[in-house]
Amino acid sequence: MKTKICSGAPYSRITRRTVTAGLGASAIVAGVSPFNIVRAAGGPLKVGVLLPRSGVQAGIGQDCWRGAELANGILKELGLPQLDIVSGDTETKVEVARSRAEKLISDGAQLLVGAFDSGQTTAIAQVAEQKGVPLVINIAASPAITEQGYKFVFRNFPTAVMILGDAFKNQKEVFANVGAAPKTVVFMHVNDTFGTAMSKGISHVMPKFNMPYKIVQEIAYDPAAHDLSVEIAKAKATGADGLLMVSRLNDAILLTRELVKQRWSPMAILSMGPGWYEDQYLKTLGKLSDGPLSFVPWYDPNKPLSKKLEQALAKKYPGFNLNTNHVYTFEALLVAADAYKRAGSADPKALADAIRKTHITNNVSPGPGIQFNAKGQNDKLQDSAIQNRGGKLVAVAPKSAANAKPEWPLKPYDKRS
Amino acid sequence: MPAEIYLNVAVGGILTGLVYGLMALGLSVIFGVVRVVNFAHGEMMTIAMYIAVTLFSAFHLDPLVMLVPIAAVMFAFGYLLQAGMINRFITRPEHSQFLLLIAVAIITANMLLIAFGPDAQNVQVAYAFDSYQIGPLIIDATKLYAGLTAIVVAAALFAFFRYTAIGTAIRACADNYAGALVVGLDVKRLYALTFGLGAACVGAAGTILLLLFDVTPAVGPSYTLLAFVIVITGGLGSMPGALLGGMLIGLTEAMAGLIFTPSAKTMFAFALLVLVLLFRPQGIMGKNAA
Repeated sequence: MKTKICSGAPYSRITRRTVTAGLGASAIVAGVSPFNIVRAAGGPLKVGVLLPRSGVQAGIGQDCWRGAELANGILKELGLPQLDIVSGDTETKVEVARSRAEKLISDGAQLLVGAFDSGQTTAIAQVAEQKGVPLVINIAASPAITEQGYKFVFRNFPTAVMILGDAFKNQKEVFANVGAAPKTVVFMHVNDTFGTAMSKGISHVMPKFNMPYKIVQEIAYDPAAHDLSVEIAKAKATGADGLLMVSRLNDAILLTRELVKQRWSPMAILSMGPGWYEDQYLKTLGKLSDGPLSFVPWYDPNKPLSKKLEQALAKKYPGFNLNTNHVYTFEALLVAADAYKRAGSADPKALADAIRKTHITNNVSPGPGIQFNAKGQNDKLQDSAIQNRGGKLVAVAPKSAANAKPEWPLKPYDKRS
Repeated sequence: MPAEIYLNVAVGGILTGLVYGLMALGLSVIFGVVRVVNFAHGEMMTIAMYIAVTLFSAFHLDPLVMLVPIAAVMFAFGYLLQAGMINRFITRPEHSQFLLLIAVAIITANMLLIAFGPDAQNVQVAYAFDSYQIGPLIIDATKLYAGLTAIVVAAALFAFFRYTAIGTAIRACADNYAGALVVGLDVKRLYALTFGLGAACVGAAGTILLLLFDVTPAVGPSYTLLAFVIVITGGLGSMPGALLGGMLIGLTEAMAGLIFTPSAKTMFAFALLVLVLLFRPQGIMGKNAA
């Protein structure tokens, strides 16, 4: 017998069976829908990590990627959401960096991280801003990137001016510690975006620090050069006490080889960029890699999260030293996960707003923690002075984040067995 | 600046230039006889460099020891390329030859990319950091070995063309194509031999150059361009001209880097090319076409 349940619908075919089926369907929908909502809010954030994993900067790009690979395990321990990390290789080319950023966004990346190099990062920042997708810069020091008024670009890495300021401050601390200092230096730098920015910055920043040395010659060179013998011959001819360097990795190796071949051991090699502390530098050159001092963004070995990151790296990559590349790539992903948790959404604007309000104190880099000013720059970062010692790296300044005393002067290359 | 610095840099530049010259010699030999401009020259050199890298990483064989076997492999490659492909294009318009060799270059670079990946590779020989000191002169050991080997290989090639029957026959083909056919020379086989010799030459240069520089699959075009600059400076088709051009370019780059700025080294090499083209278009040791 059919039961009419709605008098206003004489031709209605609604029956008990229909109602039961409807209730069942509703139950299924009711059961499934909340699940879907949970997935949307709690599923992994898709993060495109752009790095120069091939080309001239491949060594450093691959090293940064190691930092990205450590992220999810530690984020889980910290109670932060997992990230769906997708790699984008910039091939060390600005135009490829731009197209890879566009491709990652079109493939669904909700946030970008990258890209080690200032030139490539500048191109990616333009794409991120245009598409309204947040970019958290891991490593790139050109001050101009955060001076464009961008709303979606954030940098947890010091600018060239900050690096120079901290470098001179830490150099003076080292000189005071060892009771000696070079009187003259040759300033050698790569002629790419980063090197040029550092070169421009040095003339503005150095006079403020009353350094004990003067720059007797500036030598700019191509970071992709195959042969740097002329550059070292020219530097050696000045008779300078030390070398002030802004390099990349391959050129740092080439320069060291030339120092050995041309039998020149300066009193000190003072680097203010990458290259001289990278694992590839240490492994390629062995004992010849000992001695250079790098004044760079580093990590505070005394912070608890630093120890956690060191352990994670040692477990996944035995024999690798924790360095700038790992630390700042990891911290960029830490910023992403933290913001995603607080935003509760992958909406780009909500993510950007959350990143702007970042205040992470449990971090790795030296200083009070991660926070961004109105320009999207973390201006609270502090750099360290580190030294290569027997295939390892020790922090020698500032005193608050140091774990060793500096060795001075550089041991002559011909006296190393 | 102390005078010995100029001497040191000049010697280093000339030694590197000798290897550049050996590389360009292959291009000059091929053009001088076959009259084909080898746009895949740099890529052929990268093949030799990768063979040397592979042998070094697998068996720790010094590139200088492997020079002859690698040159032999490259000879076979060049011979087969000419006999199987380029000979069919000899009578076709020049643009067809250009396109064929550009295609060979692109295919080679991409195959190397697939096989070896994009990262730079090199060899770490025991004498990588050695240098010799003679008074104020400090000579990089690897550059010295590379430069001396380049001289030996070039001398062997000169002797082959000057004193062997096949060398004489090849020179006959280069001087008079129709005459060579009339006297019954197998011109196409001789062309294949010549291309093989050019490939062997660039193979030897690549093996030596690996002692000085890293290799990547993408490095070929820059060496092709460098070889063109050298042979045009020295004189297209002139064997001594290629060696002289190589030394001049090496010296110019080194001295320009020392006296002016290292960033502008390449600019000065091209400036030298422009000067040669303006005042001696046939090259320093080239024959005047007019």
